[in-house]
Amino acid sequence: MSFLEKHKKLERNLSLLFVGSLVAVLIGGIVEIAPLFYVKNTIEKVEGMRPYTPLELAGRNIYIREGCYLCHSQMIRPFRDEVERYGHYSLAAESMYDHPFQWGSKRTGPDLARVGGRYSDEWHVQHLINPQSVVPESIMPPYSFLAATPLTTDNFGAHLKANRTVGVPYSDEMIENAVADMQAQANPDADTDGLEERYAKISIRDFDGNPTQLTEMDALVAYLQMLGTLVDLKAYQQEENLR
Amino acid sequence: MRNGTEAVVVGIAAFLTFLAAGFAQDDLFRAHAWILFAILAIATVVLFRRVEFAPAGQSVAARDTSGYMDDVIRYGTIATLFWGITGFLVGVIIAAQLAWPQFNIEPWLNFGRLRPVHTSAVIFAFGGNALICTSFYVVQRTCRARLFGGNLAWFVFWGYQLFIVMAATGYLLGSTQSKEYAEPEWYVDLWLTVVWVAYLVVFMGTIVRRKEPHIYVANWFFLSFIITVAMLHLVNNAAVPVSFLGSKSYSAFAGVQDALTQWWYGHNAVGFFLTAGFLGMMYYFVPKQANRPVFSYRLSIIHFWALIFLYIWAGPHHLHYTALPDWAQTLGMVFSIMLWMPSWGGMINGLMTLQGAWDKLRTDPILRMFVISLAFYGMSTFEGPMMSIKSVNSLSHYTDWTIGHVHSGALGWNGMITFGALYYLVPKLWNRERLYSLRLVNWHLWLATIGIVIYAAVLWVAGITQGLMWREYDDQGFLVNSFIETVSAIHPEYVMRTIGGLLYLCGALIMAYNVWRTIRGDVRNEVPMGGGQLAPAPVAAE
Repeated sequence: MSFLEKHKKLERNLSLLFVGSLVAVLIGGIVEIAPLFYVKNTIEKVEGMRPYTPLELAGRNIYIREGCYLCHSQMIRPFRDEVERYGHYSLAAESMYDHPFQWGSKRTGPDLARVGGRYSDEWHVQHLINPQSVVPESIMPPYSFLAATPLTTDNFGAHLKANRTVGVPYSDEMIENAVADMQAQANPDADTDGLEERYAKISIRDFDGNPTQLTEMDALVAYLQMLGTLVDLKAYQQEENLR
Repeated sequence: MRNGTEAVVVGIAAFLTFLAAGFAQDDLFRAHAWILFAILAIATVVLFRRVEFAPAGQSVAARDTSGYMDDVIRYGTIATLFWGITGFLVGVIIAAQLAWPQFNIEPWLNFGRLRPVHTSAVIFAFGGNALICTSFYVVQRTCRARLFGGNLAWFVFWGYQLFIVMAATGYLLGSTQSKEYAEPEWYVDLWLTVVWVAYLVVFMGTIVRRKEPHIYVANWFFLSFIITVAMLHLVNNAAVPVSFLGSKSYSAFAGVQDALTQWWYGHNAVGFFLTAGFLGMMYYFVPKQANRPVFSYRLSIIHFWALIFLYIWAGPHHLHYTALPDWAQTLGMVFSIMLWMPSWGGMINGLMTLQGAWDKLRTDPILRMFVISLAFYGMSTFEGPMMSIKSVNSLSHYTDWTIGHVHSGALGWNGMITFGALYYLVPKLWNRERLYSLRLVNWHLWLATIGIVIYAAVLWVAGITQGLMWREYDDQGFLVNSFIETVSAIHPEYVMRTIGGLLYLCGALIMAYNVWRTIRGDVRNEVPMGGGQLAPAPVAAE
């Protein structure tokens, strides 16, 4: 059979086999991934989106470090039950500054894409310290050490700078003031004019209920409380952005 | 002088790590650098003790390099078994944590930090070592050539173990990029890249040296697995580190682009690491154990090219109904369904290889293991395309159904075929007449099979229960269940799945005992399998 005869060439030539396999596995990825950097609805800009504040970014890093994404998704699908349970379905633009994305793949616990503002800070702190004390049936692990761990602030500007390298629009001013902004956001008595100017729709308060210390709990709660709060979805024109 | 250069190089590396620990930018990196320093310091001492000098004017007697290089494979089989048991054990622990949250010990042993230890230990440590050692075995036999590159194969082996240890300790300390199955941070990723390129060089170099004009089909699969994993690893881990001596990096991509890049990687970690590579194993060990030629040469060609071409497209089915554009989701779904055919091509080619040798199943528990493994391969490659259908996925996604699916593939297909291959290899590598006990192999087989069946079945129930409860409405059109009610509803299933995992772990422990006794040279005096009769002498094939 001629097809088998032709294939014999590949089977006897390592270079051909190498190139053939490489070409075969390159095509799919190129066709599917490359357009996402150009197609309108994946790079649309939605009003309200801004880069994370330094404190939120630090909280997000703790969220990643503890593997929260393994049990909590941040991606609401456009189904009636999900929209009723969690809120408006997630937009691509809402994760445009997420390096890396945190959509998750499993809901051992509920979705957190719009958890911001749903519970009080006190609830979050108590829940993180001892989840079963507020939700008795919960199977979530405890994170009480966060309340006792001081947040590392030194040289946090470098984190913003790394984010800028990969495309997040942090200004020089934001990078210079990163450490001060981080401390100010958890301290209602600080001078926060500059902070509020740099980051719109920002919550400034002592998140962990312990004003004497800036802890990892402050950062994580600040992050959780801003999730899904940036975009005003009532003003969002979904017809214009149909996928 | 032998081992001299190696000892000096590792010693310098240890010193540099010492400096890195001193100048570290963050605590995490410092802790990680200390761990690396400890490992390298011990390695330096061991290597220096092994340095051999020749008398003046002579060179060290050359080692015999005429035969196959099997030392590294012997190490590999033991490493595979060791990491397998570690991975299964951590799996049982995190399963217990989901059933009884009291098992979480913050911060280092919380579920969120242990789960990547489990997945990486099973996929990369157990699966990866199995692939490296069997591919080294297979490529030498089918090319009739010694491994290329001398000590490079040892570098691949030890370098890979170092990668595993750095990845696992990193997770416990909290160093992760959060990309599933690609969690190690940038510096561990860079190290893996070096090791992987060395692996490719050893593998391809051996093929170049072959004395057979024809490259055997198992090697096509191994080759495509090594190439594709390199490509996936490089692209998905593209990131910008915060500092040269810091643990944190930020992914080069964001949001929807990052999500698809990750699942293009994630799905093909399954497709190439856990499928193409293991099919390479299958194409050597199943015909060998059955003593029959591969069923269809033509089928192997067609399903090889179809499999590697189609698999790459299937990633978007992990992102159904998300913010990923619909066209990409649909494309992913269509290709996933098409993938069913080449997947079953592999299963059929494996199972039909037993044509004329089915009677051996009565007497050979190793062959049984291969058959069960292929059956699970067929089952999960049917289930996968089904779950990739958007309407099915709308129910199954985010639930434990997915976890059950993964485990029927990983425990059933990857686990069983690896056990079978190791049972085949151990007596050959240590020059033993046969395994210590075939009856213990049979015990292992059934414990593992029952474990998987329990595991997969209860997670179907758990997943479908939870999926249905999430979308349950009452007469007035209100959601019936709060989220936490859907968690307590599946507690019994979580307990059962822990038991399933425990059975699987027990099987692996029996294997460890059996392998240990075999290596020691013991042979158990036992009634042969299959009604007290000795198996008929195998007919010489080929």
